[in-house]
Amino acid sequence: MRMDLIQPFINAADAVFAESLQGPTRIGDLSMEEGVYRRKGIAALIAIKGDIEGRIILDLAPEVASRVASVLTGSEVIDNDQIVRETVCELANMVIGNSVTLLNDQGYTFKVFPPEVHSSDEGLAGSADTEAMVLAIETSCGSIFLNIAMHHLARRRRERGLAPVTL
Amino acid sequence: MPQFAALLRKDNQPVRYLVVDDSVFARKNIIKMVELFGGEVAGEAGDGLTAIAEFNRTKPDIVLMDITMPQMEGIEAVERIVRQHPEARIVMVSSVGYQENILAALQKGAKHFVQKPVKPEVLYEILRYVLGDDPGAPGAPVALAGEHRA
Repeated sequence: MRMDLIQPFINAADAVFAESLQGPTRIGDLSMEEGVYRRKGIAALIAIKGDIEGRIILDLAPEVASRVASVLTGSEVIDNDQIVRETVCELANMVIGNSVTLLNDQGYTFKVFPPEVHSSDEGLAGSADTEAMVLAIETSCGSIFLNIAMHHLARRRRERGLAPVTL
Repeated sequence: MPQFAALLRKDNQPVRYLVVDDSVFARKNIIKMVELFGGEVAGEAGDGLTAIAEFNRTKPDIVLMDITMPQMEGIEAVERIVRQHPEARIVMVSSVGYQENILAALQKGAKHFVQKPVKPEVLYEILRYVLGDDPGAPGAPVALAGEHRA
């Protein structure tokens, strides 16, 4: 497990949730995902391509997603799937954007794709060349799960040393 | 939410904003903030192509532009808008805040950059600066004709 790749996601998620939800956060359970990932509720998926490739899923139980949407919109959100999905996607966008900013500071370059609602019940499992882990961050609205699966393209970084690659 | 003195144009009319983001939720958040600053929404767009059309249609005072969007990304939209309208004032609003992105946006003609999650007080100061409302700031742009300090 490359913790230097994972840590920026943890730091960014913690900072974004604390700032957005205006409350304390706590890093909860962190586990390696050996089997296929199973969605817990309303989830957004963001793909990244570049020196590190993979995808990140931000996953919230429906009641947690409603509470988060209520905080972020400033009004109570009940039974409004559209707003809740939008909220989860934007939250994912902020976490991933801030994460890749931190990773870029370490010299990694990426292309980040717009978030999409992840409706499949299952996600990508870890494999020999893919780091996959699930992290829970406890917030004032409840647990928010991050499922990160990625692999490090060392060859591409070596090649870029010879021929620069632009985003 | 803190209170802010209204940012107005020289003719005392509200500053008109074009808000560009593929997330409806993010647009609503930004719109709430610009209204808090006394602004008015001239238009909205969910991608770069629509942003160009909306700019031409609405001629906003300020564009708040996301970067990562479908169809056409924000940096390319900035380039195309500024090529046609060199006076355009565009502030990038993105969660992806690494230096290459910021530099690319500035090189294409964006005036400033603010990282998500956006703090209202940070956006307010940036808008003041871009509107030429903070002459003490180093390198503050001269207010365009028809506008002055709020």
